[in-house]
Amino acid sequence: MKAVLFQLLQALLLVVLAPLAAGFVATCKARLQNRRGAGLLQPWRNLRKLFGKEVVLAAHASWIFRVAPYVVFTATVMAASVVPALLVSTPLSLTADVIALVALLALARFFLALAGMDIGTAFGGMGASREMTFSALAEPAMLMSVFVLSLGAHSTNLTTMISHTLDTPLVLQPSIAFALVAMLMIALAENGRIPVDNPTTHLELTMVHEAMILEYSGRHLALMEWAAMIKLLLFATLILDLFFPWGMATDAGLMAMLLALLCWLLKLAVLLLLLAVCETSLAKLRLFEVPEFLSTAFVLAFLGLLIHYMLEVSL
Amino acid sequence: MTGSFTLQLVNGLAALMLLVSFALLAQHRILSVLHWFALQGVLLAATAGIVAWGTDNHELYISAIMTLLLKGALLPWLLWRAVMQLHVHREIEPLMNSTVTMLMALAVTLFSFHIVQPIEQMSALITRNSMAIATACMLLGMLMMITRKKAITQVVGFLAVENSLFFAAIGATNGMPLVVEIGVAFDVLIAALIFGLFFFQIRTTFDSLEVDAMQQSLREDDEA
Repeated sequence: MKAVLFQLLQALLLVVLAPLAAGFVATCKARLQNRRGAGLLQPWRNLRKLFGKEVVLAAHASWIFRVAPYVVFTATVMAASVVPALLVSTPLSLTADVIALVALLALARFFLALAGMDIGTAFGGMGASREMTFSALAEPAMLMSVFVLSLGAHSTNLTTMISHTLDTPLVLQPSIAFALVAMLMIALAENGRIPVDNPTTHLELTMVHEAMILEYSGRHLALMEWAAMIKLLLFATLILDLFFPWGMATDAGLMAMLLALLCWLLKLAVLLLLLAVCETSLAKLRLFEVPEFLSTAFVLAFLGLLIHYMLEVSL
Repeated sequence: MTGSFTLQLVNGLAALMLLVSFALLAQHRILSVLHWFALQGVLLAATAGIVAWGTDNHELYISAIMTLLLKGALLPWLLWRAVMQLHVHREIEPLMNSTVTMLMALAVTLFSFHIVQPIEQMSALITRNSMAIATACMLLGMLMMITRKKAITQVVGFLAVENSLFFAAIGATNGMPLVVEIGVAFDVLIAALIFGLFFFQIRTTFDSLEVDAMQQSLREDDEA
């Protein structure tokens, strides 16, 4: 019963904290660019404003356009609720499989792309086609990078993988470093951050995510943006889970949970700060260079896999 | 403890060697190819130093220092000077097809891993795991020589093959006898100097460093 409660709290924490995390990245970026920034709570204010506004629908919008925000939001929240953030083994941990996670995110992306094409504007179709092109390259790379870790743990279940990492003594494993770099690159691409897509623009010919949600307004737009923020936090938590799980609670005691929460927030802050530095110092890639960026990530992940076999199996 | 720690370090360096070989294959700019090549030399010297420390082999220290000076500094500098004098340092070399090349590189790595596995099982050295990576790096250097169009990058590919042979020697036998190593080092140095002269000759004869231009020019000569 207690574990179920913690599970719910954990999912709620991710959903509620997501706008704050987005605000944190934006504030860090603003400070790095010598601006004051709008503050940590600005994404929350934006969401509240959008929820209060009326929905303007295009005349040709079909039911898909109206349903898509709810599907995208629900799928993302479901994905977020199976990822362990504080507690290693939760009641939902049997479903915390990486392949299922990727499938949930793919479902969200599918509806996002459908919604982009539904209205029939040029921007929506362009954004959808770009998103699908990039995801076709990013998804195998992400799975490959996760498989490097699953080879050691003999499972694609997140809970098993985390327990395995926590149980093994700390040794230098080059394959995991490769997988980590690949995963970071994919996380940048999947969340539409700067080298791949600019999250702060609404007026660029090269935008991807913003192009798909250009026609949305009111609560629909709020749900879409909230889902994107949750996805960012979800990827951050996933990276922390897979590569730096130290400090996570193995039992549902109150002290252990508080400690895990503290550790998680700290690790999250470091990772998001890194993202802000990365976004400030890098320039956006040309659209046609993105496939090269993603195939580099794929090659790195595959190298990690090979190196695992070459160097680490016989240890 | 020292044994397993050395092993971890050697494995880490072997992984980096493989990464550098892939990076060499994927670079467009001539100057960044040279940077990665210098890094490969430094990695090689570090590996030799660590293996020397792990196996208490004093001769290997000398070859580590020699590698650092020759392959980490002198050879890249010679090539860099040639590039600067030929004014090709800003040129971008179009790769044949980077995705296909990368996939081929992955296949080659897989292949060499498959080939080396039976040999690895017979060896008892601490560095036996790096054999597969050394073989892969060698084949990747050859792949670089095949896929590149410019003479300079082909030479870098050739020198990368030599680097990986040295890496294989450290891995397989904890280093060759010092006399042999000094001999090979001077051979490579002389080869690099001769290649440097060749670049200028090729340039004055064919007006280009691209290998395709040479073939075209020869064909025209035949017809004439």
